[in-house]
Amino acid sequence: MKRDIITSAIGILVLTLLLGIGYPLVITGVSQVAFPGNANGQKVYVDGKLVGSKIIGQAFADPVVKNGKVQMSDGNPVTTPDPRYFQTRPSGTTPADNAAGTAFANYGPNSVVTEQAIAANIQAYIALDKAPGGTPYYPGGLTAAKIPVDAADTSASGIDPDISIANADIQAYRIAAVRHLSLSTVHRMIATYTAGRGLGFSGEPGVDVLELNLALNRLSGGR
Amino acid sequence: MTFFGWLTIFLFVGLLTLFAIPLGRYMAAVYTGGHTIFDRFFGVPERLLYRVLRVDPTKGQDWKAYAKSLIIFSLAGWLLLYFILRTQTLWDFTGLNPQHFHSGPWNVTFNTTSSFMTNTNWQYYGGETTMSYFSQMAGLTVQNWLSAGIGIVVAVALVRGIVSRSGTSLGNFWQDLIRTILYVLMPLTVVYALVLVFQGSIQNFASYLTVHGITGLSQTIGMGPVASQEAIKLLGTNGGGFFNTNSAHPFENPTAFTNFLEMLSVLIIPAALVFMYGRMSGNRRQGYAIYSTMMIMFLGAVIVCYIAEAHGSPAQHAAGLHTGAIAGSAGGNLEGKEQRFGIAGSSLYDVVTTVTSCGAVNSAIESFTGIGGAVPFANLSASEVIFGGVGTGLYSILLYVLLAVFIGGLMVGRTPEYLGKKIEAREIKLVSLGILITPLAALFCTALATASKAGRASIDTAIAHGPQAFSETFYAYLSQANNNGSAFAGYTGFIQPNAGSLGSHGVTFADLLGGFDMTFARYAPILFALAVAGALAGKRVSPAGLGTMRTDNPTFVVLLIGVIILVGALTFFPALLLGPIVQGLTGHLY
Repeated sequence: MKRDIITSAIGILVLTLLLGIGYPLVITGVSQVAFPGNANGQKVYVDGKLVGSKIIGQAFADPVVKNGKVQMSDGNPVTTPDPRYFQTRPSGTTPADNAAGTAFANYGPNSVVTEQAIAANIQAYIALDKAPGGTPYYPGGLTAAKIPVDAADTSASGIDPDISIANADIQAYRIAAVRHLSLSTVHRMIATYTAGRGLGFSGEPGVDVLELNLALNRLSGGR
Repeated sequence: MTFFGWLTIFLFVGLLTLFAIPLGRYMAAVYTGGHTIFDRFFGVPERLLYRVLRVDPTKGQDWKAYAKSLIIFSLAGWLLLYFILRTQTLWDFTGLNPQHFHSGPWNVTFNTTSSFMTNTNWQYYGGETTMSYFSQMAGLTVQNWLSAGIGIVVAVALVRGIVSRSGTSLGNFWQDLIRTILYVLMPLTVVYALVLVFQGSIQNFASYLTVHGITGLSQTIGMGPVASQEAIKLLGTNGGGFFNTNSAHPFENPTAFTNFLEMLSVLIIPAALVFMYGRMSGNRRQGYAIYSTMMIMFLGAVIVCYIAEAHGSPAQHAAGLHTGAIAGSAGGNLEGKEQRFGIAGSSLYDVVTTVTSCGAVNSAIESFTGIGGAVPFANLSASEVIFGGVGTGLYSILLYVLLAVFIGGLMVGRTPEYLGKKIEAREIKLVSLGILITPLAALFCTALATASKAGRASIDTAIAHGPQAFSETFYAYLSQANNNGSAFAGYTGFIQPNAGSLGSHGVTFADLLGGFDMTFARYAPILFALAVAGALAGKRVSPAGLGTMRTDNPTFVVLLIGVIILVGALTFFPALLLGPIVQGLTGHLY
């Protein structure tokens, strides 16, 4: 008994030093030397300013300004999606795309709340597809059945950096019209920023929204 | 469903088997004193650790001494972890708390500490909003290693008890633990952590990034030593995420390739242990029989889950979505799932982590369809014997094997024997207790939480009611009893109004009940498994005759699957009917 207690006490301290301090320090050291870009979060800079991480989704939206004041709700600015940019997937975090407090939305499969949330996402997606006059950018207009699931379903992390190719192809009509680009140019850019399946078979292809939007800005100006 | 989805699933099974066989051979050498390629590398630190810990590795322990060392060491781990988590700000001098997070409330800490000691990794806390880097490393990561090691050594001790021909020794706990850490976990974990960083996981001690996006919105991005924790979290079937959204977070699981690798890393040790058992028992076919049993049940679960998730959910259909595959989108129930993993990569991950006691998730299980969500329920109801946690899976299924041998013996009217050893009243009593104690804990706690006002406080009635609310509750205590740790995450034990824990409070009832649920359902089966090992060690081995029931052929595999399903169904079916099955059978919204 006494022997076990002494061994346990020494053991837990020694192993904490070895596995809790030594091991992470070694991995950090090697990573910082061998893969500094990845280890620090794949930061993206524009004109020397940090604009995001390549693999973290963010909201491409503008703050709503009323009477010269940014509208706030629960301490976060109220925003509206910016039609000049491809939009990421719906997010379950507060505020949307919060990369310092990720959370699942936890919508159940048979729940009215879920149906309402999905319906709201569909409405927002269709609304964004309408030009100021009310005509849809997408030929023939969008209906719920035409919208790919990733555009209406909340992502898991709340900061999904990718959208499906089908989702990007629909948004391409809006982007081309708003930015006065040809549709084929936008499609070419989507293809450039599409990552294929892992090892050629695992997962689904995804379009990295941040990289795509930054490329659009380089081509046809930011603000 | 897509061609690539099915291809992923079948390639996964093939590669897992391919890698597990040599690892099993290696592990058999590690635990039988054979030569390994790492002897020269780890020999010196191994002997040094024995000297520092003052243990004599040559001294064998009977089951009681083995259990005593194990319990006392676990207790020491609990105390240190609780201390570290309660005094989080005390360690600011290390510079490893750049966000200046305060400790969580005591009840949440109690739950978290019990959770990591028991290899459960249930998360009532939010990783990136409450835990300092120091707590994650010196606290949580350490228990990721040790709880995995303890699971493995119990399995090894049981195997020794089953195969030993003389004496009462099950080996030496300290030697087994240190050899597990150095020879099995260390090489795999170090290489794996670096591969994760190579693929895009982060590994730094920086404070959170503040970025100014191109539309002028700012975003804060959590940082930290993620890859080092992620690697052992998966290899040790732990599952406690560095971030709140666990392996769905792009920094924990950056690509579809890492997703595949993460699934392999969860199952590789549990699968290898089965092959190791075959070698140590002197008849590799015993290992193959158990592996087949596990694999058949695993594939069944994956196929059902994938089909259900690819079909989509009633809520999606009611909102008018088309959930079939179209050009550029695979469709399906993508609610709570990530685009890069897709439906197949999320369904497979879910099954991989719920058959093992790994609580990692790469998608929101609460958002799975009724049938897709019933699959993790069924996996947990099988008491983590389909591969199971590292070690826990092997010792749990060996208890089921003994039960199946007993039932088979009754059917043919002979004294049941396993590997030549008679299975008698004492063994069967211990086996039955070992098997029934986990369901008992799960159902007792679920009933208590459902029937009491304090228990229902954990349900967010704004988004969950009816069967969904019951599913949440049941899953919480089932997952904690099985030391799994995955969650229908709407069920909460912690109210956190802001990042940094200020003003937050725990739901005491859920925290305490969960903590006891996990601890009881972890250590009681361990004690019974060790007691069985003690009862079998040194038993006389009678030579196999014509009438001996074979335990290494397809007939036995069928019998074993039958016993596992029967026990699971008899204990859990009524409760399952009230939650996930009701939801799976209806298109109705409520």
